[in-house]
Amino acid sequence: MRRVILIAVPYLWLLALFLIPFAVVFKISLSDIALAIPPYTPTAKDGLWTMLSGLDFENFVFLTEDDLYWKAYLSSLQIAFFSTFLTLCVGYPMAYAMARAPEQWRATLLMLVILPFWTSFLIRVYAWVGILSGEGFLNQFLLWIGVISAPLTILNTNTAVYIGIVYTYLPFMILPIYSALDRLDGSLIEAAEDLGCSRLKAFWLVTIPLSKNGIIAGCFLVFIPALGEFVIPSLLGGSGTLMIGKVLFEEFFSNRDWPVASAVAVILLLILIIPIVLFQRNEQRQAEAGK
Amino acid sequence: MTRLSPFNVVSLTFGFVFLYLPMLILVIYSFNASKLVTVWAGFSTKWYGELLSNDAFLDAAWVTLRVAVISSTFATVLGTMAAYVLVRGGRFYGRTLFSGMIYAPLVMPEVITGLSLLLLFIGIGMDRGVLTIVLAHTTFSMCFVSVVVSSRLMTFDQSLEEAALDLGASPFEAFRLITLPIIAPAVISGWLLAFTLSLDDLVIASFTSGPSATTLPMKIWSSVRLGVSPEINALSTILIGLVTIGVIAASIASKQSALRAKRDEQAAARAQ
Repeated sequence: MRRVILIAVPYLWLLALFLIPFAVVFKISLSDIALAIPPYTPTAKDGLWTMLSGLDFENFVFLTEDDLYWKAYLSSLQIAFFSTFLTLCVGYPMAYAMARAPEQWRATLLMLVILPFWTSFLIRVYAWVGILSGEGFLNQFLLWIGVISAPLTILNTNTAVYIGIVYTYLPFMILPIYSALDRLDGSLIEAAEDLGCSRLKAFWLVTIPLSKNGIIAGCFLVFIPALGEFVIPSLLGGSGTLMIGKVLFEEFFSNRDWPVASAVAVILLLILIIPIVLFQRNEQRQAEAGK
Repeated sequence: MTRLSPFNVVSLTFGFVFLYLPMLILVIYSFNASKLVTVWAGFSTKWYGELLSNDAFLDAAWVTLRVAVISSTFATVLGTMAAYVLVRGGRFYGRTLFSGMIYAPLVMPEVITGLSLLLLFIGIGMDRGVLTIVLAHTTFSMCFVSVVVSSRLMTFDQSLEEAALDLGASPFEAFRLITLPIIAPAVISGWLLAFTLSLDDLVIASFTSGPSATTLPMKIWSSVRLGVSPEINALSTILIGLVTIGVIAASIASKQSALRAKRDEQAAARAQ
């Protein structure tokens, strides 16, 4: 009996507040917009049959016809891909250096990586507004050392979005790579070097393949949230920065078109299912390898 | 592997400067006397004074704190239950769906979670306010708690529990006297994680709150959309300071408890 309660409470909670809400989103994505509260028809009040017969795929057709949505999905994917790659380029050398640091430093270095993660996400993104703006610190610095003669426009461009994503998601990239490199047996690299590999070749043929799972996990942990990101493109990006999270937010709050916002969400979810499944497979393989 | 090459040193230095410089600049300029945030005009704490006399910010901070304490407590209870079910629950009908529902919210974009919960609340005619934010935060942070707790449950020696049961403890007593004390550090860090996630959340709170409840991130959001402001810098400094103190205190506490455990082990080994 106790076991039933133990299972039922969290199960029902998640069903009611996680799964059923998605069913609602899906239903509304098939509804029509209306000048009513709530602003869509049909609702459950109209009776089940009227409700079911009032549903159609109109909103999805609308999404494929309007350029804006195509461009937003594509540019979200592009921004997420590119910023994941940049995060890897910054994060891998850091994780590698941390794993090679003397034993007594590692706990401190690890804490220094985790600390920003506990600090407000919003504040960390906001910190860049003052740095990247026209009269911001970066421009002041570059003008002062004489690299540029006129201030660069960085804020409200895609470049600022890339910087923001790399900055906020860097810990997610470093931690799994570090834990893979930390477990790596140093004698394997020594063996490779003894057998005539150059340092670089040993790194390429031994270290990289053995940290592969960490790299994959880190990339997914950056890519998946970056794809649906809302705060970073809204705060650092410009009017030209199209990201689907931002489009959804605006469709919902500014245009009050709930059915279209729901359809945008359904498609975003469909796009995300592929990387999420791949990520979980990678995690499972890693868990099995650890046994 | 303890040979740091110059390249390693450079990448670490560059990386940590990149991670910390923006926040450092924010902290320094919160003490700037000028309203212009990029021009230094002398040391002053006037923005802190203005912040503390700003009722809208204080109200929002109070709402946020209440939501965070309540939702992280619920999330810890539900998340620990869920972790126990996942690790020790054996097979039951719909187990795959259950573990899917635990892991999916971890990677779900906030805009989708927020939108779906809002549409549910409107669908069932629930007034939006503090309660709906608490429900939303509990739901997504219980999944984080459950991941943290289940990783601890997986690594601990199950024979301790079995011994307690053999010696006549009821399953509930075994859980309370043996399992809970052992997983306590994970439960506490789960609570802290849920608490910070709730404090930090902007998107889900914006969707699920009504006109009666504004959280601190929502308040910060509406003022930073207009640009950089010294008051927000002051507020950020306070928040960064609190987090830093918290994390340092937690790491000292865990280091000390690890030392104590080691001493106990050594004492036990000597006694044998």
